[in-house]
This record gives sequence, C-alpha cells and structure tokens, in this order.
Amino acid sequence: MTSVPLFVAFALMTAVAVMAVLWPLSRARHARGEREADLAVYRDQLAEIVRDQAGGRLSPEQAHAARIEVSRRILAVGGEQAVKESASPGRRRAAAVVALVLIPLLGVGLYARLGSPAIPGAPLAERLSAAADGSDIAILVRRVEEHLSANPNDGQGYEILAPVYARLGRLDDAARAYRQAIRILGPTAEREAALGEVLTAAADGMVTQEAAQAFAAAASMDPRAVKARYYLGLAAEQDGRRADAAAIWSQMLADAPAGAPWRPLLETALARLGVQPPQPATPPLQAPAAPVPPAAATRGPRVAPDAAPGPSSADVAAAAQQTPEQRSAMIMGMVSRLEERLAAEPKDLDGWLRLARAWSVLGDKAKAEAALQSAKGAFAGDEEAGRRIEAARQDLGLGG
Amino acid sequence: MIAELGQYALVLALALALVQMVVPAWGAAKDDPVLMGVAGPVAVALLLFVSFAFAALVAVYVTSDFSVVNVVENSHSQMPLIYKITSTWGNHEGSMMLWVFVLAAFGGLVALFGGNLPDRLKANALAVQGAIATAFLGFILLTSNPFARLVSPPAEGRSLNPVLQDPGLAIHPPLLYLGYVGLSIAFSFAIAALIEGRIDAAWARWVRPWTLAAWVFLTLGIAMGSYWAYYELGWGGWWFWDPVENASLMPWLAATALLHSAVVMEKRDALKIWTILLAILAFSLSLIGTFLVRSGVLTSVHAFASDPARGVFILGILSVFIGGGLLLFALRAGELRQGGLFAPVSREGALVFNNLFLTAATAAVFVGTLYPLALEALTDAKITVGPPFFNLTFGGLMLPLVAAMPFGPLLAWKRGDLLGVAQRLTLAAGLAVIAGVVTAAATGGGPVMAAVLIGLGIFIIAGALTEIAERAGIGRVPARVAWARFRGVPLSAFGTAVAHLGVGVCLIGIVSESAWSLERIASVKVGDTLSIGSRDLTFARLENRSGPNFTARTAVFDIHSGGVSAGTVEASRRMFAARQMATTESGIRTYGFSQLYLSIGEETPDGHLSVRVTWKPLVTLIWLGAVVMAIGGGLSLADRRLRVGAPRPARRRIAQPAPAE
Repeated sequence: MTSVPLFVAFALMTAVAVMAVLWPLSRARHARGEREADLAVYRDQLAEIVRDQAGGRLSPEQAHAARIEVSRRILAVGGEQAVKESASPGRRRAAAVVALVLIPLLGVGLYARLGSPAIPGAPLAERLSAAADGSDIAILVRRVEEHLSANPNDGQGYEILAPVYARLGRLDDAARAYRQAIRILGPTAEREAALGEVLTAAADGMVTQEAAQAFAAAASMDPRAVKARYYLGLAAEQDGRRADAAAIWSQMLADAPAGAPWRPLLETALARLGVQPPQPATPPLQAPAAPVPPAAATRGPRVAPDAAPGPSSADVAAAAQQTPEQRSAMIMGMVSRLEERLAAEPKDLDGWLRLARAWSVLGDKAKAEAALQSAKGAFAGDEEAGRRIEAARQDLGLGG
Repeated sequence: MIAELGQYALVLALALALVQMVVPAWGAAKDDPVLMGVAGPVAVALLLFVSFAFAALVAVYVTSDFSVVNVVENSHSQMPLIYKITSTWGNHEGSMMLWVFVLAAFGGLVALFGGNLPDRLKANALAVQGAIATAFLGFILLTSNPFARLVSPPAEGRSLNPVLQDPGLAIHPPLLYLGYVGLSIAFSFAIAALIEGRIDAAWARWVRPWTLAAWVFLTLGIAMGSYWAYYELGWGGWWFWDPVENASLMPWLAATALLHSAVVMEKRDALKIWTILLAILAFSLSLIGTFLVRSGVLTSVHAFASDPARGVFILGILSVFIGGGLLLFALRAGELRQGGLFAPVSREGALVFNNLFLTAATAAVFVGTLYPLALEALTDAKITVGPPFFNLTFGGLMLPLVAAMPFGPLLAWKRGDLLGVAQRLTLAAGLAVIAGVVTAAATGGGPVMAAVLIGLGIFIIAGALTEIAERAGIGRVPARVAWARFRGVPLSAFGTAVAHLGVGVCLIGIVSESAWSLERIASVKVGDTLSIGSRDLTFARLENRSGPNFTARTAVFDIHSGGVSAGTVEASRRMFAARQMATTESGIRTYGFSQLYLSIGEETPDGHLSVRVTWKPLVTLIWLGAVVMAIGGGLSLADRRLRVGAPRPARRRIAQPAPAE
C-alpha cells in the first residue's frame, strides 16, 4: 500500500531543499570583507572605551593606553587592499546544477535503500481503536492479554492465545498460556502435547524433561496421540535410547492409516535410526488431526552425537511391548514426585489442584479428594484459594 | 507515514550538509561572494530538516508507533509521557539524532546571527560545520538508522532501560550535548582561521561567547550527571573516574582552558595560536568522548573488534577531524600573526599558567582513561586505572591551580604586580587560616589535609569577593562612591568572580564529603534502629507500591533526632516487568547543605533487609558549586559589551605607591 500523499510530501520536501541552495545562488551580493569587518570591530571597541571612561570604569590613563592599542590595530589593518571579488556565472551555474541534481539524486537513492514507504504508520492508540478485522495479530493478542489479565481464569482465552503465541514465535508465552489452559480447563491429550511441543521448540528442538512429561501425560490420556508419541520417540532418540525410539515410531507406523500425512516423517526418522519401516497396518485408524509441528519440520531433531549403536530387532520388539507399562510408570513417577514436592512445600495451590486432577484422571477418586483436602488445610483462611478448590472439586466430579 | 517523512528529511539533510560542506568552501577559495552566500540559507535549511526528522522521531515515540524498530526496542506504551519523550534519546540511534540536532542548531545560529562576520570566515566556518554534519548524518544513516521499520509491528515495546526512567534523562544528555557540540563552533572557527591563514578581529568576539555557552552547558550537564549517578545508582558516590565520566570531563577541562585563553585573545589580541590549538583539542576531546561512549569500546575492546561497523565509522570520523585539524594546525599555525606582548607576571601570564595546568590535567585524565584500552588492545591484559591514580595526578595538578586562582583576576593586564596582589589578598588569606583552624578544632583535629583544604576553599571564595571589592574600591573610597563603582562593575567581572567562587564552594563540598562522611551498613528487621551521627533511624515498615509500569518494595524509616521525631526517609527497589529488571531508588533527606542517604539491598527470606545509611556533610555543595560556576558563566555571557583589556600604562608602575591597606 503506497500512499500518494507521502510522495507528494517527499516532492515538496525535495523542492524546499533544492530551493535553499538555488535561492542564494540567484541573488547578486557583495562580500563583507575582512578589512571592513575588522574595522567595524575596532570602531566599536573605541566607542566602548569612551563609554567606559565616561562611566568611571576606566581611569583616563587606562583609557588612553587602551585607545592607543586599538589604534595600533586599526593601523595594522589599514594598509591592506580592498576585497577582490570574483563572482562568476559559470561557478554559479555549476553549483546550481549540483544542487538540482545531487540533492534529489542522493535523497531518492538513499531513501530507496533505507525507507519503507509501503509500511503505514502504526500509532498504538489508532491500532487499538481500529475495528478488529484480524489483520493486526499483535493487537488481537494484546486485546486477549488485556482480557486475560482482567479475567485470569478464562481457560478458553488461554487456549485460543497459546497457538497464536507459538506462531508469532513467542514460545515462552505460548508455554505459559498452555499451562494456564491446562490448569483451568484440565489436561487433555491435545493440550499436553501442544505444551510439550512449544517447550521443545523453545529448547531448539531438544525434548526437555518438562516437555517429555507433557508428552507422556498426553500419550497416557490418548494412547494414539500422534504428536505426543512422535516426540516421545524423539526424546528417546535424543537420550540415546535408540531402541525405544525405534519401538515407538515403528508402533506408530504400524498403527497409522495408509494415507496419514505424518508417515513420511516417521519413515525418515526410522531411517535415521537404521530401522526398516514396517508395512502399513491394514485396518485404518481414525487419525487425530495432528499436523506435523513446524518446529520439528524446520529445526529438525538433534541427534545426540554419542548415541548408542543401533538396537537389535529383539530390543525393538521388547520395547514395543513394554511401551504402555513404561508410560504409566512414567505418569505414576510424575505424580508421586509432585506429591513429594507438595509435602515439602505445601503452599502451592496450583500444585495441589494439579495433583487432584492427576489422581482424578488416573481414576483414583479417593486420592484426588485427599489432595483437595490437603490443599484446604494448607490454605485455611484463604477465601480465593477455597473458592478455587471448590471449583476444582466440581470440575472433577468429586464429593458434592 | 511520520516515520517515513522523518527518514526522508534525514536523507535530505545529508544532501544539504554535503552542499554546505562544499559550496561555501569553494566560494571562499575563489573569492566568490555568491557561492559563499549559500552557506547561511543552507545551514538554516539543514537545521529545518534535521529538526523535522528529530521531531518525527519524538512523534513516533510519543504515539508508540511500534512499526519503528527503535521504538519497539526502547519504549513501552505504559511509560509516562515524559519517559516516552526522553526515551527518544535514551538509546544509541536517538542520542546520535540529538547530537546532530544540536549541531544543526548551532550551525543555524551562526548563519542567523553571524551578520557581522567577514564573509570568508563565515563561509569557511559553516563549511566545517557542514563537514561535521555530513560525517554524523552519514554515520546515522549508514550504521544507526533510527527510522528502520517493521512489517508486522508488535503490540508492545521492550521498554526503556529502567535505570534511565528518571527525569535526569530529560536534562542530562541535552545539556551535555549542548556542551559537546557547542565546542564544534570554536573548532569550526579555528579551522576556518587556519584555512585563511589569518585571525580576524571578529574571530575572538565570536569564539569566546560560544565557548562560554558550551562551557556553561557542559558544566551543568556534568554536574547533573554526577547527581543523577549519586541518587540513582545507590552507591552514594558522586564521581567514579569512570571512562564515561572522564569522557565528559576532558572536554570540560579543555573548554575551561580555551575559555581563559579566548579572554586573552579577545582583550589583548595575544595567545592566538594557543587559542586555536585549544579550540581544536576541546572539540577533539568531545569527539573522543562520543567515540568512547558510542562505539562500545568501553564495554570491551574485543566486543568492539568483533562488531566494528559503528566503531570503525566513528574512528574514521575521529581521524579525519582530529588528525586533519592538527595537521592543518601544524602546517598553518606559523603563518598566523602573533599578537600583543606581555610580561610573565601579568593577567596574561596567569592565564597561561592556568592553561598549562588545565592542559596537563586533561592529559592526566586522558592517559588514565585510554591507557587501559590501549593496553588491552595490544597485550590482552586488562587493567583498571582507579581513583588513586586520578586523585594523585589530577588532584596534584588542580590544587596548585585553584590555590593560584584568586591571584589571576587581581593582576593587571600586560604587566602585573604580584606583591601588590598578595597584599590585597591578605584579608582572604586570614579568613582562610581562621576557617582551617576552626575546622580542625571542630572536627577534633581530624585529617589535617582536609582542614587545610577547607581553608583553601574559603581562600578561593574570599579571593573572588576581594576582586569585586577591589574594583568597587570598597574600604578605599567613600561608601557612596564605592556603591556607584560597584554598580558600574561590568557583568563579565561578576561572572569571573562568581565562577571562581563556585570552584571554592565545590572544593569545600568535595573535601567535607570525602573526609567526614559517616556510614552504617546493617541488616535490619522491622522495628530495628540504627544510629548515624545525631540521628536514629527506625525501620518502620516495608510496603508494596506500584507505579505506572513498575511495582516497588519501599522501606520506610522513621527519623529521630535527639529523641524527637523528625520525619521519615524512604528507599525502594523497583521491579520493571517489561524488562524484568530492578532499580534502586535511594532515599535522600537534605539538611541544610548536608544529606542523609539511604539505600536498600535485597530482602532475605527471613525478613531481613540490608541497608546502607550514609551521612554526607555539605555534599550538595559539590553540585551547587558547579551551578554557581555555570551562573558565573551565564553572567559573563550576558555581558555583551566589547572587551578591550585596558593595560596599565608602564609609567604608572613606577609612580604608583604600594596600595593602601
């Protein structure tokens, strides 16, 4: 979008700049010579001495001495020639041509390199008051952020915001938003997998401990979650557990429907491990809509340089069989670590609620209820906390 | 749109600066009055375009236009308006814009008010100004474009560095730049004189007031910066001999020397070559200061070497202007006509003494600042030249200088009478001795040197007053006549006396603060009391507060003086969410000229707070002294009379008896 007024303004400015040079060139003038200027100064000095003497600031002797000195300076100037002037139309024309050519040329040339006339100005107030047409994502995000800081328990808001953050490259913010969504709306396989994904992207493609936990949680909630399982395989590969990685990915390929878009990714990954991809399973499964994450596609996984030698096919088979148990062991480990931490630091309301939710998800209603009771004990007298605990109890369908 | 207009105005400004550099100089070389006449209108147009670009930059800051990279990096929509404006120059690009804006403003003023200048001088001086403008506009456009844009603007900026979110940023850099860049006028005139090979009578009339104005701004700028560092950084120190501070001190010292030298030149037509050299040196030191602060060379010589685009550009500017200026000086200085003669003991002689000491002090600071950088660049060894070096060299040079200061203005031009001056300073010296003895007695015979220096401060103050009293003839003529003569004393003489008096005031402040400060460092809980001097401070409470874009933990202390409640003092730590940075806000209570200074550290989990309380006797005199100096400069500047140093006729020296007591 290039605006006409902008270029009209540019043209006017150029004209002013050129005129600033042409105008003085068009006027005939006489130079004020050095001799003339010097004499003017000395005459002023003499007048000043007279004034000082009259005002009593100089004694007659001092005034006399000063006058002699100034007169000496006047005499020194007096002998010089009058100024020789040599105004030349040729030089004047040359200067005018330089101004006419150089100023617009340099102006346009440099501006073409530096300027961005196509980008409209964007004062914040204007952007905030403009109709929300979705063209200014940053402002939409800001609006949602403002809404969320006023309504910090709007889980839907975080759920909407998180992927936008991720697309804008604000990965830490995206992770924070996913955590909020999980806290408020409860964990689902999609949310946990998405959280794990942005954490991985934020760590330059390394599946961190935290991300792996999120993927494990997602996989435990939906054993067929594509994204989570892919990343768990990646985590295994990065940890040097190549057999585990091969097992996870082989299993996924086996489960995958023939036309699944993520098959090539898995085949590449398996090829990286030196494993022959198995033939596609005949009964097509309903695939969850999980596109290949941009982070994985662009950054690519980092293979640990000291990865263990390739696993035997027996290892792969064993790993494939063990996977579900390993998963639940991982989840249980996570939950018990949370329990231990909360026993040591009970002043963590979010932690307690997460624990209750985890037990609830794992099907142990009694332990979930116990976690809420502990939270109540830790936050006795805190109304806000009490409300949240009750809300969580409702959410989880516990007690009354 | 505004940003693009600003960008284009800046580009056109570069084109005009090129014209201003070339055409008038060509005209001067060819004696063509029309070409020389181009200088004025182009300088005014340059000012117009640079002002427009600068205003455009301020406008995009004020409206939080985050399509401009510079705004995103340094502004935040929740900052108060004043900091939105000041953050314009609170960063590299913007501060260079301010630099060029001030430069263009000075050039415009020469163009507008230089009507009485000879044409060739004006044309050449403006051409040099044009060259400086060309260099810095090129630097901005090619390495530090403030108007770079973003296609998809973010909705919030990264905020100004919290340490800079202070009214100090509104005052300190503009003042400092007015000082730095004001010296460019003296430089341009010096170069013009060297090109011409002659110094016009109008030369001195021009250079002195412009140097004086620059000096006043520089004085205030440095004092403001010192006070800002004092209250904001939480250390309670007012001068650190930090390279950034030294970068501003060196031009100040050179400008002070230039100023005194220009007085001799204006009044007595002497010391011309000296004045030219000092004019070149003063602005060169300004440029070096800019280089030190802006190139990143201070952070690390190696960081500078690894990302050298800006540094090398500035280094190029430095070489051209400093090297070129000094080379021209070496080639042409010999052709300049020497001025009036004078005896060693005379006002001129005293000013030469002053210049030698100031120049030597500048050299000391220069070596102390640049030697570590040079050493690191050459040998990789990192050394720090600290206060001991500067106190010894700089202090050692400045003390004899200030001790001799009261003598200078009392000496006559051309040939003076040192003994007579000494007699006239007897009263001042007596007062000084009494002050020293009283100080030593009152402080229980503390550091002897401190008491002596307090005496010296009093000597300077009394000496400055003596000069005015002498001019009015107080004590020698009837009161009515003295009053009339007092009113007739020219403003510039008052200016000298007031500025010199300011040095004494400043010295007393420095000595008191260094010698008799009290300090308590403690870890306290609410309810604890600590005593300092005659005051007890009780930690009353710790509060949470919030500002427009920060939250603060504020510690409130009740002050009791002799058991009587005497108000409170608060210090806080501010947390700025946008940058995840904390700043300390020290609590200061002023009693007369002394201050109680409180700063707090981190809280410990068990509720303890580390605090540092300092009693700083007469500390404000340090900055008030600088303000007094600046007022003196302003008085002298307000005196628009012509200056003719009336020499005392030689015969009177023999005839005159010793001055009456």
